[in-house]
Amino acid sequence: MVKVTVDGIDVDVPPGSNVLQACEAAGKEVPRFCYHERLSVAGNCRMCLVEIEKAPPKPFASCAYPVAEGMVVHTDTPMVVKARQGVMEFLLINHPLDCPICDQGGECDLQDQAVGYGRDTSRYDEHKRAVKDKNLGPLVKTVMTRCIHCTRCIRFSAEIAGVPELGATARGETMEVGTYVEKALSSELSGNLIDICPVGALTSKPYAFVARPWELNKTDSVDVLDAVGASIRVDARGPEVLRVLPRLNEDVNEEWLADKSRFAVDGLKRRRLDSCWVKRDGRMAKASWTEAFAAIAARVQGVAGDKIGAIAGNLADAESMLALKDLMSALGSQNLDCRQDGADTDVSRRDFYTFNTSIAGIEEADAILLVGTNPRTEAPLVNARIRKRWLAGGLTVAAIGPELDLTYPAQMLGNAPALLAGLRDGSHPFAGVLKNAKKPMLILGAGALARPDGAAILAACWALAAGSHMLTPEWHGFNVLHHAASRVGGLDLGFLPGKGGKGLSAMLGGGVDVLWLLGADELDTAKIGANTFVVYQGHHGDRGAARADVILPGAAYTEKNGTYVNTEGRVQRGQLAVYPPGEARPDWAIIRAFSAVAGKTLPYDSIEALRARLEQTNPVFARVDILPRFGCTDLTGPAGDASAVAAAPFVSPVPNYYQTDPISRASPTMAECTETFATPARAAAAE
Amino acid sequence: MAETATAAFEQPESFAFDAESEAEIATTIAKYPAGKQASGVLPLLWIAQRQMGRQTNSAWVPVKAMDEIARILEIAPIRVYEVCTFYLMFNTAPVGKFHLQLCTTTPCWLRGSDDVVAASRSATGLKGWKEVSADGLFSMTEVECLGACVNAPILQVNDDFYEDMDAEKTKALIEALRRGEIPKPGSMSGRQTSAPDGGPITLTTLSFAKAQ
Amino acid sequence: MLSDQDRIFTNLYGVHDWRLAGARARGDWDGTKEIIARGRDAIIEEMKASGLRGRGGAGFPTGMKWSFMPKEIGARPHYLVVNADESEPGTCKDRDILRHDPHKLVEGCLLASFAMGAHACYIYVRGEFTNEAKHLQQAVDEAYEAGLIGKNACGSGWDFDCYVHRGAGAYICGEETALIESLEGKKGMPRLKPPFPAAVGLYGCPTTVNNVESIAVAPTILRRGAAWFSALGRPKNAGTKLFCISGHVNKPCNVEEELGIPLKELIEKYAGGVRGGWDNLLAVIPGGASVPLLPKATCDTILMDFDSLREVRSGLGTAAVIVMDKSTDVIRAIARLSAFYKHESCGQCTPCREGTGWMMRVMNRMVQGRAEPDEIDTLEQVTKQVEGHTICALGDAAAWPIQGLIRHFRPLMLERIQQYKSRGAARMAAE
Repeated sequence: MVKVTVDGIDVDVPPGSNVLQACEAAGKEVPRFCYHERLSVAGNCRMCLVEIEKAPPKPFASCAYPVAEGMVVHTDTPMVVKARQGVMEFLLINHPLDCPICDQGGECDLQDQAVGYGRDTSRYDEHKRAVKDKNLGPLVKTVMTRCIHCTRCIRFSAEIAGVPELGATARGETMEVGTYVEKALSSELSGNLIDICPVGALTSKPYAFVARPWELNKTDSVDVLDAVGASIRVDARGPEVLRVLPRLNEDVNEEWLADKSRFAVDGLKRRRLDSCWVKRDGRMAKASWTEAFAAIAARVQGVAGDKIGAIAGNLADAESMLALKDLMSALGSQNLDCRQDGADTDVSRRDFYTFNTSIAGIEEADAILLVGTNPRTEAPLVNARIRKRWLAGGLTVAAIGPELDLTYPAQMLGNAPALLAGLRDGSHPFAGVLKNAKKPMLILGAGALARPDGAAILAACWALAAGSHMLTPEWHGFNVLHHAASRVGGLDLGFLPGKGGKGLSAMLGGGVDVLWLLGADELDTAKIGANTFVVYQGHHGDRGAARADVILPGAAYTEKNGTYVNTEGRVQRGQLAVYPPGEARPDWAIIRAFSAVAGKTLPYDSIEALRARLEQTNPVFARVDILPRFGCTDLTGPAGDASAVAAAPFVSPVPNYYQTDPISRASPTMAECTETFATPARAAAAE
Repeated sequence: MAETATAAFEQPESFAFDAESEAEIATTIAKYPAGKQASGVLPLLWIAQRQMGRQTNSAWVPVKAMDEIARILEIAPIRVYEVCTFYLMFNTAPVGKFHLQLCTTTPCWLRGSDDVVAASRSATGLKGWKEVSADGLFSMTEVECLGACVNAPILQVNDDFYEDMDAEKTKALIEALRRGEIPKPGSMSGRQTSAPDGGPITLTTLSFAKAQ
Repeated sequence: MLSDQDRIFTNLYGVHDWRLAGARARGDWDGTKEIIARGRDAIIEEMKASGLRGRGGAGFPTGMKWSFMPKEIGARPHYLVVNADESEPGTCKDRDILRHDPHKLVEGCLLASFAMGAHACYIYVRGEFTNEAKHLQQAVDEAYEAGLIGKNACGSGWDFDCYVHRGAGAYICGEETALIESLEGKKGMPRLKPPFPAAVGLYGCPTTVNNVESIAVAPTILRRGAAWFSALGRPKNAGTKLFCISGHVNKPCNVEEELGIPLKELIEKYAGGVRGGWDNLLAVIPGGASVPLLPKATCDTILMDFDSLREVRSGLGTAAVIVMDKSTDVIRAIARLSAFYKHESCGQCTPCREGTGWMMRVMNRMVQGRAEPDEIDTLEQVTKQVEGHTICALGDAAAWPIQGLIRHFRPLMLERIQQYKSRGAARMAAE
């Protein structure tokens, strides 16, 4: 450690730290615009100036100056204050005075620092600079006259997002940040530009002129639009969710959020199911809860348990799934499935279906093999973490599957599942890379498990991991990457066919007379038997609701307290930010209420009691927000036959990142993104 | 430094390096260590600009050429756009066959660059900087110090410096160019390069062995 | 007066053959192998002893700079980079070396590279010097052909490659780290220091960046000895120097003279004197656009060397002497420099990007007098807000000429403002 004194306070900081970090360690706030912990150091805004004793008598940019043993730093001398005031004056002379109409107002670094270092009036009498706005696509709005040229956005797009499309063209005061040729930013992480822009140059296009930060109620929660489970903050005004922002969570999303998770929120107020519907004479009609429950109870009456079934959708919370499982059990049914894609999983061990290395653990890996997955669309933040690891140097990535642009170099080994055998027996050249790696990992896309030979793929991948020392007592390099937020939770609590019970495909095609869809919209509803009575419980009028005989309006993830387990197996809790619209109710409560009507009253009437039951079902649910890392000592593989791998190429389960679930399909913003990004890609792929 | 709006122009649909350029590119990239081929950005922009001059009588760099350079050097196109717009000598819009670059920085200004600018305007008919004459022969741009200050004022035509200029010499030069003549560059007052008028007063006592 | 025998640049004006044969006739490439045989340390010590200070403007001792390179060549190769991006207004000395004495530079590159353990050298020539770069390239080609550079250069056993790389019009690339960035194919934006180039330079490798003149004088110094060079000039300001005398003199020219020559002698002896006589002198910018100007009174006695000029709060810079006679609108002369710095600011750091534009705009009003008297103080404060607050010295360079103007010509600026006000009043009265 290096000893540094900041304003008389002694601190020890790791060697290689910069002076700004030392100041922070001493609890001294240093204003900054260009410096960002997760980006390379630019040192260009000159706001973080400090004075360093025994150095030339001038202020130094603390973000760019390395600490040295015994260094004495001052952050509050007249020289420092004057220097910062000077920089602030320069930043403001060409910055428009449009704070009243700027969406950054109230959460603007420049505004905040101007209070501390700005003058009351301007001494600049010349014309102010005006800069043409750029069109960066449907998500990021630009007001480039406000740009202070800190280059955070340029560094973010080049370093974190891995899409070097932003730059600063021309020079001096005519320097402009943009893409030069008009181009929508082709990144699933572009929304983060809004967060890292310290001023109002880059703001949210869909959120433009919607609200002021101080009008918003802020609720910490968890994202469910993929299986990463990013920590989010839900900002709402009255009954309406206005925006979603990332919340710091080093283990999961760091401080980033993927675009769908951020921008699909306008889907929360469209196509909503806000009352019960019951089919009468072939037509859906609005109904009361009593009528809806009565209709279901009447239909269920007398139906044998094995002719009743339930399917849980991708956004379902664990509480609702458990309540539905208990209800089914009470009705005598073992017909359950949380795998709308028909995936073949082996739940005999948890590490057969989770992302065992952990997302943060990716940073320790030195070789990664992707199998049948496109992390860029299935889990953009996992992809960003792999890229971060790649940037640090010493990582080799290869992929079996379709050709991908992952934002970092990856050897595309081809799209033949048979390659797995070649890697296993060492005949494929990449086997050598895995053998020589210290911490190799394999990431198997959940989409591959949905193939007819899913069990074989799983077994083959496990065998490869076991044979490539990915599985050691200290390191668990076998990973399944899910894209459905509910999946791991559903598997954990056993929302699966019980003894003799029917799974997804058996329930379809008339396998059951009554089918309860808990937000299940990603299955082919045409396959449901024509005479099957369908109860759809969910929040959007999507595919499932369109096939329903009874609709029970549920709550979206922002409207209920719920537990979700991410792809790593991390148990997290989402919080209610707004109440569900109209007659809609939290899902577990709907099931609990129906259970009473059906005469099978479930033994809990509070979410706490339900959660206690959840812990009882599987102790992992007690470990909220905690994910222990573990190695692997038992190399015994899953049940499948590794040699039964078929020849069919892998296909990504997420062909269009922007529309994957009822919320994003209802979102006009996501529709616009699909138009901008996904459609041309499809056209190009078709060529 | 008044600038008039540039006339609208069209970016070519495509750009490909010709054989002469390809040969230059090969020798250029070989100058830099393996993996450091990005060093070739400036040289390749030069090559593209010269090729445009050869092919179209207007030495500028279209966006498609920048994209091609990015492809060859395996770097992101935005990095080439940044470089091309940062350096003043790369023209991102068409220029005249004779691109007049007039230095007006203080050393040239002290020696009468205002007169040279005025004479250039009247002889070419160009009103603003960055305009191109209707016949495509001339364009004018104001440049900063060209680094030949003891021979000020300087008028650079394409790659050549015309030194010790005044209004009359400027007019004569432009008329000659219009006629298709290329006067010999250098001092237009006839002195020996950067030696004082009337000939060197130093280095006069030295005699050297005959060159072998 | 320096004798011709002590002049290093014997083909300054291009009277003689600049090619290899001519260069050899003038003594270049003579005994290069033997110099190399003395070894790295001996060469660096000789350079240190010569007292040569960098000729690019900052005046840092050249031998010491070379000694900063790692002693051992590790996994990363060493590089010499020669700064031939001569762009400082008033300066045109390197141009003459490139076009008239390129072999001095190429030989210097070999010796300097050897001394710092570099097997490769890049010479970065400003984009506008197309024809100069052609001469240099031909000299390099000739040297390769004659075995003077390349594998086993001069038979010394040292392998040495020399490459010419051209810029494209950016003054900032004369800043050494901006030059390295540009050489790597990026915008010429100065790097944060530390790390310094000797530790992390070109391609992340140990690198020394030297001015053309500093490198080109090295072979002669090493041939004739440190004692000869250090005996010329003044203490701590040793040797000869190329001076460029431009502006209002009768015979603008380049000339090689001893450091410490009186400014008046320099102008009168070599440049034919100030237009209209010495008494017609208004001011001189003694070291290129970046240094504050000197009023005539100072010019009467000042000696042209690093330390003498620093004492009068100016600098030797590149020794580019810009002379202004009494007909000069000195406010406009400086305002044009403000426009220069505004135009050449890379735009990276806030104070320079915003400050150079502000200074230029106020200066342009000062030319007309369209200002309030207290704006002179504001202007001076703005220059102070830029100075010392930026990554590189361009901010300082933009500030100093204005500070010099205010220091010496404040009454003139006030008078201009008063004139403008009274003209306005007269117009109002007439209406």
